[in-house]
Amino acid sequence: MSALLTLDNLTVTYDRHPAVHHVSGFFRAGSLTAIAGPNGAGKSTLMKAIMGELRPAKGRVQHQLVRSDFGYLPQAADINRRFPISVLDTVLLGAWRHTGAFKANGPKEYAQAAEALSAVGLGGFERRPIGSLSAGQFQRVLFARLLLQDAKVILLDEPFTAIDARTTEDLLNIVAHWHGEGRTVIAVLHDLEQVRTHFPETLLLARECIAWGPTADVMSVGNLLKARMMAEHWDDGAGVCEPPVAGTSMSQPPLGKPSIEEPAA
Amino acid sequence: MSAYDLLIAPFADYGFMRRALVACLCLALGSGPIGVFLMLRRMSLMGDAMSHAVLPGAAIGYLVAGSLSLTAMGIGGLIAGLSVALLSGAVSRSTVLQEDASFASFYLTSLALGVLIVSLRGSNIDLLHVLFGTILAIDGPALALIGGITSMTLVILAIIYRPLVAECFDPGFLRTVGGRGPVYHALFLLLVVLNMVASFQALGTLMAVGLMMLPAAIAQLWARGLTAMMALAAATAAVSGYAGLIASYHLELASGPTIIMTAAVIYGFSILFSPSGFARRLFPRPHLAG
Repeated sequence: MSALLTLDNLTVTYDRHPAVHHVSGFFRAGSLTAIAGPNGAGKSTLMKAIMGELRPAKGRVQHQLVRSDFGYLPQAADINRRFPISVLDTVLLGAWRHTGAFKANGPKEYAQAAEALSAVGLGGFERRPIGSLSAGQFQRVLFARLLLQDAKVILLDEPFTAIDARTTEDLLNIVAHWHGEGRTVIAVLHDLEQVRTHFPETLLLARECIAWGPTADVMSVGNLLKARMMAEHWDDGAGVCEPPVAGTSMSQPPLGKPSIEEPAA
Repeated sequence: MSAYDLLIAPFADYGFMRRALVACLCLALGSGPIGVFLMLRRMSLMGDAMSHAVLPGAAIGYLVAGSLSLTAMGIGGLIAGLSVALLSGAVSRSTVLQEDASFASFYLTSLALGVLIVSLRGSNIDLLHVLFGTILAIDGPALALIGGITSMTLVILAIIYRPLVAECFDPGFLRTVGGRGPVYHALFLLLVVLNMVASFQALGTLMAVGLMMLPAAIAQLWARGLTAMMALAAATAAVSGYAGLIASYHLELASGPTIIMTAAVIYGFSILFSPSGFARRLFPRPHLAG
């Protein structure tokens, strides 16, 4: 299968300090990829760059997709959980591609919303205000909305954080279902066991790309150790990054002070 | 004194009372829903800031027209309010200042400028009129302006309802589906400023927000759904307007403040007796089985 989304020497910075550094590679159409790595590895930043919310300082994200082909569940969504809106109306927002801002929801959209809600195990919750839901139930609602969005590419940023085992299992089933339908799913995860069990491919990120490919190969002890050795802090004295050597995704260490610290024993 | 004398006679006998009542009912219909959205966007105090921002524009309109002309002051206020809203939005997007901080800076500047301009030319009486309104002096053209703004507000709100709700509830989602959130935000700000200009002559710049925020807060205490909240806010504002006018007529009080005080009394009552109020905490009802 072909490349659906290509990262071409992608660097995204905050205040000129790279959060994602010279990452190259591609996501195949229909692939199910986990993005793993330590805190501060640039996982969420990469997701935002793919969604076009952050502009790359260098390199680019290449694809032939339009906005409505993407479904995105950010990690810390700026959702107003106390807004007086019902579960059904929240899920119906997922039909935006068909209704847009002004068209009315038809019987088809209502049927799809009801179906999506029962798929996430929330049948009968239609009229409940979202303020009355638990964190897990609310995450189910957001998955139902994603179901309705019918997106080709689905990006999930830490979708199972602070969610109980049963909900996680149900939602992982939906992810597997999406994969079965041929959608491309990219998920940021921190639970390595989950990655190994449910995700055929992994991108191990530690600001730079440590490894990208079949999960079993990527999650080797050596690679994980390498990822853990990533320096978490910015190096205030870092020099300007030299262009990377052609053919690798790793950068040269900056001149002057070394940017990677020795790992603590 | 009969019920007729108490409740209806003031409006039957005096044209200025009738016009004041119609103005109040119009303002209630528009300001109620606008206030609910302001509150849900956590912009309650921003509304207050905006009302101050309207002042210099109105003052310039007053200077140009040479009298308390609602049209001139309304146009001036509209321009000033919108510029402050857009400028502070631009400043907060391009600097580290959050929108509330840049708003505060702009409205304080605006208020100072406004008072300065009024004091250049007018007397203290004029300043009082601009600050606190003269609802009993509303004439036909002013009423037409208020009615027009209310109608426009309701129509635009109905049209942009879904994207506006999405922008308030989950702006990130609207961004990912390409929903042009900033456009609807700007349209909403336009409606806010328009409604301020409308309530300007009735209540004055300082209390113009009163008929937006107090009913909205009351509605949130009682209603759960958004539609119910907006309906309740409009109804509360209308009742406050009517009761405030009656009270100010019989007790010979200033009308604008009396209307806002009426809303404040309803607010106090709601804090005590609404489902989430103090009374329910003191005397809880037994919980349900499931």
